Amino acid sequence: MSTIALDRYRQNYLNISYTAKSWLLSTDHKRIGILYMISITLFFFLGGIAAVLFRLELLTPQADLVKAETYNKLFTLHGVIMVWFFLIPSIPSVLGNFLIPLMIGAREVAFPRLNLVGWYLFMLGGLFTFVVLITGGVDTGWTFYTPYSSSFSNSAVVATIFGVFITGFSSIFTGLNFIVTIHKLRAPGMKWSRLPLFIWSHYATSLILVLATPVLAITLGLIAIERVFGVGIFDPALGGDPVLFEHFFWFYSHPAVYIMILPGMGVTSEIIAAFTRRRIFGYTFVAMASLAIAIIGFLVWGHHIFVGGQSAYASAVFSGLSYMVAIPSAVKVFNWTATLYKGSISFDTPMLYALGFIWLFTIGGLTGLFVASLAIDVHVHDTYFVIAHFHYIMVGASVMAYLGGIHYWWPKLSGRMYPEGWGRAAALLIFFGFNLTFFPQFLLGYMGMPRRYHVYAEEFQVLNVMSTAGASILAVGYLLPLAYLLWSLRTGSIAIPSPWGASGLEWQTGSPPPMENFEEIPIVTEEAYTYRPESS
Amino acid sequence: MVDLPIFPIEASTIAIHVDLLLTGLVAISTVFTLIVLVLMVYFGLKYRRGKTADRSNPPLASTKIELAWIFGLILLSVGAYTWATVIFFNMNRPPEETIDISVVGLQWMWKFQHADGQREINELHVPVGYPVRLVMTSQDVIHSFFVPAFRLKNDVIPGRYTELWFEATKTGEFHLFCAEYCGTNHAEMIGKIIVMDPRAYQEWLGGQPGGVSMVQAGEELFTELGCSSCHVAGAGVRAPTLAGMFGSEVRLASGETVVADEAYIRESILFPQEKIVTGYDPIMPSYQGRVSEEQIMQLIAYIRSLSGETGPEGGEDENQ
Amino acid sequence: MAEARAPTLDRPELPELDQESISLGMWIFLASEVMFFGALFAAYIIYRNAYPQVFAEASRQLNVWIGGVNTGLLLTSSLTVALAVNAAQLGKRKLLIAFLLLTIVLGLIFLGLKGLEYSQEFEENLFPGRNFIYPGPEPEKARLFFSLYFTMTGLHALHMLAGLLTFSIIVLLAWRKKITQENYISVELAGLFWHFVDIVWIFLFPLLYLIGRT
Repeated sequence: MSTIALDRYRQNYLNISYTAKSWLLSTDHKRIGILYMISITLFFFLGGIAAVLFRLELLTPQADLVKAETYNKLFTLHGVIMVWFFLIPSIPSVLGNFLIPLMIGAREVAFPRLNLVGWYLFMLGGLFTFVVLITGGVDTGWTFYTPYSSSFSNSAVVATIFGVFITGFSSIFTGLNFIVTIHKLRAPGMKWSRLPLFIWSHYATSLILVLATPVLAITLGLIAIERVFGVGIFDPALGGDPVLFEHFFWFYSHPAVYIMILPGMGVTSEIIAAFTRRRIFGYTFVAMASLAIAIIGFLVWGHHIFVGGQSAYASAVFSGLSYMVAIPSAVKVFNWTATLYKGSISFDTPMLYALGFIWLFTIGGLTGLFVASLAIDVHVHDTYFVIAHFHYIMVGASVMAYLGGIHYWWPKLSGRMYPEGWGRAAALLIFFGFNLTFFPQFLLGYMGMPRRYHVYAEEFQVLNVMSTAGASILAVGYLLPLAYLLWSLRTGSIAIPSPWGASGLEWQTGSPPPMENFEEIPIVTEEAYTYRPESS
Repeated sequence: MVDLPIFPIEASTIAIHVDLLLTGLVAISTVFTLIVLVLMVYFGLKYRRGKTADRSNPPLASTKIELAWIFGLILLSVGAYTWATVIFFNMNRPPEETIDISVVGLQWMWKFQHADGQREINELHVPVGYPVRLVMTSQDVIHSFFVPAFRLKNDVIPGRYTELWFEATKTGEFHLFCAEYCGTNHAEMIGKIIVMDPRAYQEWLGGQPGGVSMVQAGEELFTELGCSSCHVAGAGVRAPTLAGMFGSEVRLASGETVVADEAYIRESILFPQEKIVTGYDPIMPSYQGRVSEEQIMQLIAYIRSLSGETGPEGGEDENQ
Repeated sequence: MAEARAPTLDRPELPELDQESISLGMWIFLASEVMFFGALFAAYIIYRNAYPQVFAEASRQLNVWIGGVNTGLLLTSSLTVALAVNAAQLGKRKLLIAFLLLTIVLGLIFLGLKGLEYSQEFEENLFPGRNFIYPGPEPEKARLFFSLYFTMTGLHALHMLAGLLTFSIIVLLAWRKKITQENYISVELAGLFWHFVDIVWIFLFPLLYLIGRT
């Protein structure tokens, strides 16, 4: 069709300029989203290589691949890179940046230059971390517990802290930008009650980004001050309290995990609606659940300290609150499943990822209740059970949501379709590899294998071998999308504005969108996810 | 309870409770997970695009169902939470009579001191069927004392005491792991808990190289370090008497009242200015740097004995 | 190839939205700053409760006179800022510049006195570095006090510096007649930031300087 052929040459945000300067100095939220996408992909593979190395080491109970010190640096860098340089920015900084203005009918975010500054801060922080990586590493664990990190470790703690500190500002500015954008730049008729659920979850995420990140900055900053000036803020030999560090650290880091899941929930809502051609069941409850998770999420940090010297009564309170924070998540799972009822369901790649998300998030979330249960946590704290729990959420859920979102919006981002056959194959491979990697770890943990061990008792070997086998399959699974998505940029079929027939303002403009997003700012008259009834 | 190969052996009185709770949670979780899976598959097949089905008037919302779901979840949560919390409080309340053992964790080993003075490194002998109470501290960084077979763990923190009690139900050797990352050889900070039947335990205790009991060692230190020049009735300097003090409530100069437990005594030895007893001058010197953690535990054992607490079994009885 | 630029602050589509946007943005930024300082305050309060005597004694080593004068200076500067915003509102350019310059002067005196105070404390070996010497009991806990003191006041001073720099830029803009009655939002927002810095000090001063002196 001639309109499609013309579409190819139509001016859009990608072809408007090809110079490096136009990319590196761009204040276009779409280009900044792409810049983030490239950077976090690099970090993902760095963190992934660390994981491959230590999973290989764990094939045998003895230390044969790397020595203890190296192993400790590997898992530390894996955690630092994956948490701060991949997961936290992933959906918000890539998909959030790209889509929020489009979804609300705006031309830009509220503070485009701040957005670009944010990316540079992210890269600067990443540079510090990369330098740490190649000059000897850091071995404190991503949790930096004191006094090991403040007085005992001989590794590049301060440099790593610097990197994380600087990158933290990228988080704060992103959150700030999103909140103002959502409040102030909605198109005429786009009432709060008409916002896509992706927007609601990013709004809730932004609240956490803005309020929790500064606490991390100060906490890590105090460790740096301890190391540089020899004071004893958290060192008991000098009058400090090491458990106080844990409280401060987890006051940020627990809400941080909600930064890592809420955006994925938003993506899932969008994909489920699109591929069932139905409004999400219980829209209001899902939107409010996002806010509830963000708020209650600030109140549960003590569940990381049940056996850490916290009073039993405080632990009891934190445990109860931790149960409460699971409830809004359960509401979402119920509502997504209910959306399938009387829908018109299509199993394209994004939908496979979204269904995988729901199921793996259910398992991950339920095991969260296991660790929230005081008596069980006494046994499984600091074992592979906890590792399995959080990887089910962070990888099984979050990463799959990220990949699902990348596939779903790939036509919008790139103007091309990805190859559907490869997409489904990769999704299934990832699902299978993931479960093989992490399910055995639940068993390992209950059997008693502690975390952060490079050597372990003989009886743990079988499950470790299974886990490493799964990891190798997972690694292949992750490489596939990298390959075929890049390949599709050249050879994928040209995308039409709305290839899935989904609702949402982002689909009412070209694929890819023009620089200014819309030729005319749309006027919204309908609720979100309004689909015409299908003929049966 | 059946010892499944994926469960560690149940070797303490509390283990079976933890395993039962786990089984309960696994059962509930499996039910929920299967329901979600079955519904996804069922709806996915029945309402597959292109397939004929009744798609008229799909429900968009139902406050009633949502609230019922939430309410049901809250009920389940309260049930599971209560079950787990009750077991937890049990874990935190040692019985009155316990065999007390002091534990010092350090990079990268565990040091144990029995009441009668027997010392062990990385191995702990205990009798089956008796409650054992561990009073623990670290000499450097945070460690964690973890015995999977007992289903018990507690962090071992520098600068303070933490406690863990258990009653072993099976003889044998069980893994001891450090469960808080503590540096290079964290993975090698492991050991064994050796549970013996009581008679064998007595023999073992007797067969250990001559050690002074903790109470005796404490008493010697008490004199050596000069504590007795103030803290004894009739001493030249006015200082709180220690006889009968352990476990009682102490009124401080600041007005608050504290219980004189292990942590209080440790603090008073290292940081005497912190909690001055009302009516006394703040003249006690600090012993920081002059006593090791183990010595402090010995002093505490001695001071405890001054309160008529007979403490550990199987050793010399310290007559009050 | 001329780039079609997305609307930005200098080319807004709907001007009144942009004014509100920037204002909201500043409030959110201040919320994150509250969490920033809040974490330090929390650490301070927790340790103060744990070691009341030592902290009170250490606090008495601080120069309460400089602290007091500084408090007065800062409060006055908040007044001059408010007057500057008022002048901008009324379009009175010269008055605006005068009040902003006054604010900067007051701020600089504050920082100068603070520097004096710091150098005094360095000389008395109270800076918690290699040469820390503390005459009283439990020097490590006193050192804790001082590390929190220097961190909190240092962070505050950095924020003041940022504020003063911003005011200097605004003075230049006002001189070049870029601040108008229709667009004086930069003055408002800088003022907001300055009031926040002032409020932080109002909490800092009694907590750090006055606890040992009843």
